[in-house]
Amino acid sequence: MPQKTAGTLSYQQRTTSRRPAGTLYRGREGMWSWVLHRITGVAIFFFLLVHILDTALVRVSPEAYNAVISTYQTPLMGLGEVALVAAIVFHAFNGLRIILIDFWTPKYHRAMFYVVIALWVITMLAFAPRHLINVFSH
Amino acid sequence: MSTATMEKSAAPAAPESFTVTVIIRRFDPEVDDEPRWQDFDVEMFATDRVLDALHKIKWEQDGSLSFRRSCAHGICGSDAMRINGRNRLACKTLIKDLDITKPVYVEAIKGLPLEKDLIVDMEPFFESYREVQPFLVAASAPKEGKERIQNVAQRERFDDTTKCILCAACTSSCPVFWTDGQYFGPAAIVNAHRFIFDSRDDNAAVRLDILNDKEGVWRCRTTFNCSEACPRGIQVTQAIAEVKQAIMRGKP
Repeated sequence: MPQKTAGTLSYQQRTTSRRPAGTLYRGREGMWSWVLHRITGVAIFFFLLVHILDTALVRVSPEAYNAVISTYQTPLMGLGEVALVAAIVFHAFNGLRIILIDFWTPKYHRAMFYVVIALWVITMLAFAPRHLINVFSH
Repeated sequence: MSTATMEKSAAPAAPESFTVTVIIRRFDPEVDDEPRWQDFDVEMFATDRVLDALHKIKWEQDGSLSFRRSCAHGICGSDAMRINGRNRLACKTLIKDLDITKPVYVEAIKGLPLEKDLIVDMEPFFESYREVQPFLVAASAPKEGKERIQNVAQRERFDDTTKCILCAACTSSCPVFWTDGQYFGPAAIVNAHRFIFDSRDDNAAVRLDILNDKEGVWRCRTTFNCSEACPRGIQVTQAIAEVKQAIMRGKP
């Protein structure tokens, strides 16, 4: 009869650990607003990086600049612009929320998060249809 | 009177018990290379706590389950753990407040080195705590050599932060602390706040200087996880904000 050694035991336990990772921390509005703020912030940073590079192209040659800018006129880039504006609008309103938390009071942070979402939805409702009509009617 | 007692003793309905599935993140450093999840079924009453479930498992099913607990009444701060993804004290979380149609997930608090099962190394946590000088520093002798008198308003100023039991539920709920272990963390700032705003203390400037650091209060990103996790109901983020403002003013 084969004996269970410490070695086989550890091997068995290694194979049964299908989900070794911990659970996701279930934070509330504050944590998710921070997560969104960080993601939109990094996304905007990379947009600005590309934006500075493409604008700097005009110093290289106006033709190269025009070539790059003309690729931005495609519907795919039009959808990308909606995502960019969505990120900037959220980051801007949530930034004001964080300023209020720091310099006014943290008491209403949860209500202020829903105000940010409401303002974001209103701004996007005003912007997105108008912008998409422009993008897809050319 | 005797009939009333009779009726009462005859009537009590046996409290209903439930089978609760508890899934615990186990880790034995002598055997495991990485943590693993293990599930246990325990009979529980609605009035039982998660700590009772852990005791039942340890005493009746698997004696190797390791966790810390001392008073079991929410004061010693030993049994902070992550219950269903949120930092809670096992001794203050009632079964009736959890959704027992689903398994209850229990794991160690995050951001501190895991030692075994639900036990983490608390040393980095206490190190930050010690750094903020969590004790009264008075430059003068008390008046008439007896006591340092404080009025109600002065005591009220730091009342909220005196409640801390150093369970580390706040610090280990902080996303900044998970990725940057050098951050002082909410608990250390709360305990600094307790003395910074104490009218009897004369060392506020030093504590404000310690916390006006790259890894000090400015690391706080106001995620409010700490305020939500605190088993004592301390408004932790509010306290950190007050310390931030005190640093900007240059005085408490």
